[in-house]
Amino acid sequence: MRFFEDLEIGQRREVGSFTFTADGIKKFAAQFDPQRFHLDEEEGRKSLFGGLAASGWHVGSVCMKLLVTEGQRLAKEALARGEKIAIWGPSPGFRELRWIRPVLAGDTISFASEVESLRSSEKRPEWGILQARNTGTNQRGELVFSVLATAFVPRRSNS
Amino acid sequence: MTLTLEDFSPGHFGTYGPRRVTREEMLAFAAEFDPQPMHLDEEAASRSMLKGLSGSGWHLCSIMMRMMFDGYIGRTASLGSPGVNELRWLAPLRPGDDLTLDVEVAEARVSRSRPETGIVTFKGVVRNAAGVALCEMVSPIIVRRRADIAAKQAG
Repeated sequence: MRFFEDLEIGQRREVGSFTFTADGIKKFAAQFDPQRFHLDEEEGRKSLFGGLAASGWHVGSVCMKLLVTEGQRLAKEALARGEKIAIWGPSPGFRELRWIRPVLAGDTISFASEVESLRSSEKRPEWGILQARNTGTNQRGELVFSVLATAFVPRRSNS
Repeated sequence: MTLTLEDFSPGHFGTYGPRRVTREEMLAFAAEFDPQPMHLDEEAASRSMLKGLSGSGWHLCSIMMRMMFDGYIGRTASLGSPGVNELRWLAPLRPGDDLTLDVEVAEARVSRSRPETGIVTFKGVVRNAAGVALCEMVSPIIVRRRADIAAKQAG
């Protein structure tokens, strides 16, 4: 993971793709979001989604999974080069989360993250605050998911 | 009876829970979706900004979804949600927390693009047993209108 000083507005990174299977969709939904269109193909077809659709929270959680996994892969590479690695802090939240199109069983979603704003933390001078636009695009190139997420990122100078 | 747009009016709607969150389920969610050391490893977590093992914010959101489902969405003519206007993680989720969810209807109106439906915007706050707010969310859902009322207004 990069330090706050390494980030620039407009930087974009692809963080990987994920295929949502019918079983995976139903497993997440059974635990957290058992609405009928997330659990049953026929109910999904009859709904506004037009097929068995992943819970929006499943889509958001998978985006997080890929962001974290990709960050850890980069950290491992940096460590192998003998560089110091940045351990990112928690997130105070997000805004403008949009489930733009349904994610249906069999869809492969590619996620990306683009730096939208950078500012200092007044209360915590050793941290900077990043806003990133995280998006998901399906195999047809259609945007399905977008969120403006905030995170604390450590400064190199104070670590 | 299934709840439709007519059943939602601005103001306090309901309080749901408590829902206990175990260490095991916190770790299982983090391992699958958010494998940061602060959510998986006691030692790393104690050195993190949150000073102790905490649950993934996405786990907290997913639990809030389930509490909303069990509380009212499961018996609402819901057609899904277009998104979340704002979500704030205010304090860490800890192993063994007993969560309650307070729900308020911020706005309820007929949809302009699909007049047989309405949009209900909820504000939800999840608190732990000490009453500390862990998470706040403002999110709309699309809800069907009662057929007779929608038909009368259309005619």
